[in-house]
Amino acid sequence: MPPARVLVAMSGGVDSSVAAAMLVEAGHDVVGATMKLWGGAGDSGCCSVADVEDARRVAQQLGIVHHVFNFGEDFETRVVEPYVAAHAAGRTPNPCVECNRHLKFDRFLHRARRLGFGAVATGHHARVVQGSGRCQLRRGLDATKDQSYVLSMLGQEQLARILLPIGELTKDQVRARAAALGLRTATKPDSQDVCFITATGGRRAFLGDRIGLRPGRLVDSSTGDDVGGVPAVELVTVGQRRGLGEGPGGERRYALSVDVAASQVVVGPLHELDTEEVGLTGLGWVDEPVVAGRVVEVQCSAHGRPQPAVFTGDGVRFDERQRRVAPGQTVVLYEGDRVLGSGIAA
Amino acid sequence: MLPYLTEHYGNPSGVHRISRMARLAVDEARDTAAECLGCEPGEVVFTAGGTEADNLALAGVRARRGGIVMCTAVEHHAVLHTTEMLDGTVVAVGPDGVVDLERLGDSLHDEVSVLSVMLANNEVGVIEPLEEVAALVREKSPSAALHTDAVQAFLWLDVATMAAPADLVAISAHKFGGPKGVGALVVRAGTEVGPIIHGGGQERDRRSGTHNVAGIVGMAAAMRATVAERTTMVERVSALRDRLADGLADAVPGTIETVPRDRKVAGSCHLRFEGVESEALLVLLDDAGVCASAGSACTSGAMEPSHVLTAMGVSRADALSSLRLSLGTTTTDDDVDLALKTVPDAVARLREP
Repeated sequence: MPPARVLVAMSGGVDSSVAAAMLVEAGHDVVGATMKLWGGAGDSGCCSVADVEDARRVAQQLGIVHHVFNFGEDFETRVVEPYVAAHAAGRTPNPCVECNRHLKFDRFLHRARRLGFGAVATGHHARVVQGSGRCQLRRGLDATKDQSYVLSMLGQEQLARILLPIGELTKDQVRARAAALGLRTATKPDSQDVCFITATGGRRAFLGDRIGLRPGRLVDSSTGDDVGGVPAVELVTVGQRRGLGEGPGGERRYALSVDVAASQVVVGPLHELDTEEVGLTGLGWVDEPVVAGRVVEVQCSAHGRPQPAVFTGDGVRFDERQRRVAPGQTVVLYEGDRVLGSGIAA
Repeated sequence: MLPYLTEHYGNPSGVHRISRMARLAVDEARDTAAECLGCEPGEVVFTAGGTEADNLALAGVRARRGGIVMCTAVEHHAVLHTTEMLDGTVVAVGPDGVVDLERLGDSLHDEVSVLSVMLANNEVGVIEPLEEVAALVREKSPSAALHTDAVQAFLWLDVATMAAPADLVAISAHKFGGPKGVGALVVRAGTEVGPIIHGGGQERDRRSGTHNVAGIVGMAAAMRATVAERTTMVERVSALRDRLADGLADAVPGTIETVPRDRKVAGSCHLRFEGVESEALLVLLDDAGVCASAGSACTSGAMEPSHVLTAMGVSRADALSSLRLSLGTTTTDDDVDLALKTVPDAVARLREP
């Protein structure tokens, strides 16, 4: 791509640090910006004061201007509140997907455009491939770090203005480049999990503060008997085994469905979780809409294994029965390493 | 300042000849400060800046006398957060940012030991009616001390006269051309202030810690210069500010001046541009070489909606579309020209559909 004005979203981590460095090396006119998203307690992810400082110091080292954008309110209404509401309804949301959808590739992208930037860049491990006027979204080169799943909501209009330089590197190469450049973030640990959930309190503490968690009953799927309880029905995810006890013969129990309104979790053996289909809502496509009957591969979690399946028009049918997808999860359709689109499990 | 960072390196608290030069410098600076602030030399307590002076005023009175700390909702965080930390009371202001005297009168009572009302607001520039406030305190809460944060005021206003009704007055050197990290609190005779920093008992046991001699000397020099030039400087900067504010109001549709000019200090030009995100505006202005502000920046450097505007009843959206252009002693006609050229373009760009 010819030299352009690029606004790099710098989280203070090693990936976006190296992304900025690569764009500077490539001769672009680069400015860095850190989004301040979360003002509350958080120790596991991005945008703490220390992370903003790291981003600022890296920008200084690279000789680029650095700004901080306070998108805290949008983050609260677009990411945190829907996350809480989803749990309150017994669903299992992907807040990182919603953050990318509404913050990084909407709010940030718009701001960049307003400020006269031709493109934005992030440190995601995925690739944007241009060809004959269309853009493809592909998995990052490092399969173990691939983040195309959380970018699957991107469409042509956005992809045309997104640069993902890190997608061409393995994580080891990223760290090596950071070390070679002497960047202070070279050995910084990868961020873990959801940024606004603390490692100490977990989802329990966070949701407990926000919605107040209620105990739920466990109901056996075949007998309808009450077989025990859980301290917080809002925290149970379909497919979960932990904390649900065992059957009389020591059989493992799994959550088959969650009904928050009735404070009830239906539990049963693993095979009852098997399904061959998942219905999808909010379908969106990277390029041309996928038509019913197309053979695809389906990934149902950020690091899940892709499963062969067929798109049915309003969902996917798996070639082999597999474990039910928790409602609220993002389901991404691939063809090889290319993202076709995604939807939310109904 | 330089000699006190080099040959006169002595500690003014020492008893030997090397210390004597430093001691002399601090004593002379104290005389100058007293003259410029309208108080006695013994009433000046040197601090490490305005924030410490405000903390000392509130926490210091409370340490000695207990009681309730009270302040207005538009105070600088140095006062507001200290009041909150001391479980104090915050009094509302009117839509113009001026303390609501009726509500203040209703709020004051015998238990109040210190009331803090700033002389000039740091964000919107509005000047508070200290005389009326002092009269209310005498009537409703006669034993309370009146503190004024004059940090933003000293450059523009005759603090020696205007802060005369206050028992405690805080200033900060870098707001009037002095060095950063040094300030002072006037503690008038009869006002009891306990130390909040304990140690060697400097500043008559009100503020321990070795004196920042160079800083104190620098502050005194800046005070003297400010007082000498204040009248002509204010006149000059007022004219620049008026040209700037008038020019922007003409060039940018939907410009709102936050506070009427006759109620605020000369260097303050605080505006709102409907429908414009000031965070984005600041980026464009920075690119063009115009250094401006909006709200206040938190530790991370992110802009927060201003508590001052919120207290004035400005909506969140409006508060996030504000721009603070501050003029100072060194502001020139060219600077105003640059702002008049840059701001309308930037606003127009951000308003494009």
